Amino acid sequence: MASGIELCDVTMRFGQTTALSGVSLTLESGKIYGLLGRNGAGKSTLLGCINNRLWPQQGSVTIDGCSVRENDRILTRVYAMGEKSYYPEGTTVRQLFSWTKDFYPGFDMEYAHMLAGQFELDVKKKLKSLSTGYLTIAKLICALSTAAPYLLLDEPVLGLDANHRDLFYRTLLKNYADNPRTIVISTHLIEEVAHLLEHVVILKRGRVLLSRPADELRSMAVEVSGKAECVDEWSRGREVLSEETLGGQKTVCVVAENLDLAQGLSASPVDLQKLFIRLTNA
Amino acid sequence: MHINFDSETPIYIQIAESIEDGVLSGAFAEETQIPSTTDISLAYRINPATVLKGMNLLTDEGVLYKKRGVGMFVSPGAAKIIEKKRKRGFYERYVASLLEEARKLGIEKEELISMIREEGQDGKRD
Repeated sequence: MASGIELCDVTMRFGQTTALSGVSLTLESGKIYGLLGRNGAGKSTLLGCINNRLWPQQGSVTIDGCSVRENDRILTRVYAMGEKSYYPEGTTVRQLFSWTKDFYPGFDMEYAHMLAGQFELDVKKKLKSLSTGYLTIAKLICALSTAAPYLLLDEPVLGLDANHRDLFYRTLLKNYADNPRTIVISTHLIEEVAHLLEHVVILKRGRVLLSRPADELRSMAVEVSGKAECVDEWSRGREVLSEETLGGQKTVCVVAENLDLAQGLSASPVDLQKLFIRLTNA
Repeated sequence: MHINFDSETPIYIQIAESIEDGVLSGAFAEETQIPSTTDISLAYRINPATVLKGMNLLTDEGVLYKKRGVGMFVSPGAAKIIEKKRKRGFYERYVASLLEEARKLGIEKEELISMIREEGQDGKRD
C-alpha cells in the first residue's frame, strides 16, 4: 500500500531564484531519511513540494503512485512539520492536538498527552506564548501522534536543549519501532542524527548531490595523513575532496577507492558531518 | 555494550562484536534471550536496520537464533563458535598491527618477543 515518494524532474522557481532544479528522487517506504543541505540548498522547498504546499513549475511528485496535486486523500497520508505556523494566534496546545485529529483521524490523543507530559509541555498554554523550543516540541508531538505513513520533519530539534533533543531521538526511534513508516528529517545537526538515518540525501544549490545508504557514506571517504611529499605522491590521480597542511604534515580527504596506503601514511574514517562539509563547501 | 562512533569499524559490526563479548563474558548465557533490536536501537540512538544487520551477521554464523514471535536467543555452543572465529581474526587484528607499530618505532623482532615473554611471566614490563 505504501510504495514511497517519487519526485521526477522537479523544478521550483521563486521569481528569479531557482530553489530546486530538475530534482529526481525516490524515498522508499519504511525508512528514516536524512535530508541534508546548507542554508538555501532547497530542503524546505523540496518538503513543500512533497506535501503540495508548493507547486513546482516543472516535474511531478507522487506518493504511493498518486500525484499529490489536488489529492486530499493522498495528503492525509503525509504529515509535514515545518518551521512556519499557520494557526490562529490564540490557539492552545490542546486545540492544536484536536485540530490535528480532525485532519488526521488516526491521531492518538492519549499518546500525544503522554508525550506532552514527558517533555513537560503545558497543553493549556497558547502557542504564541511558547518558547521556540516548546513550540517545536508541540509540533513534534503532533507529528509523532498521527498515524500518517509519511512524516516530514523540517528542523525537528529547533530550539530544543540537549536533554530534549536526546529524548526526542529516543521517542522517534521508539515510535518508528512501534509504527514503521517513512520519516524524512531535515536538520543542520548532522552529527546528532547521523546514526538514526538509514539513508542520506544531500542537496546542494537546488540539486541532489547524492542519495545513498548511510552506512555506505560512512566508508565513502577517508582522511590520509603523513609527510606532505608522501601524501602528495600518494594522492596523485585520486579524487581529493579537501586538503590541509600543518607544517610538514599533510592531510587529504579522498574518496575511498583502492586504499593501498604507502609506508608512513595513516588513514582515519570521515564521519557524515565531516563528509558533508567537504562535499558542500564552496 | 559499548559503541565507538568514531571508529572505522562499521557500527553493525561493533554491535555484533559487543553481543559476542556479552556471550564470551557470560552476560548473555547460552539459550537465553538477548535485548531486542528496539532496545539496542533506543539505548544507542541508532537506526534499527543497523542493529538488525549486526544481529543477522550473528544469526548467519550460528551464534544467535530466532524464536518466532519471541526474539533472539543465544545458540548452544555460541561461545565456541565465537572463540574459533576470533582466533582466526587474531593475527590480522592484533599481530599485524603490533608488527606495524613496532616497525614504525624501530623495535626489532627479538625485542618484541622478549617483551611478550616478560609480560607473560609477571605481568610487568619494566
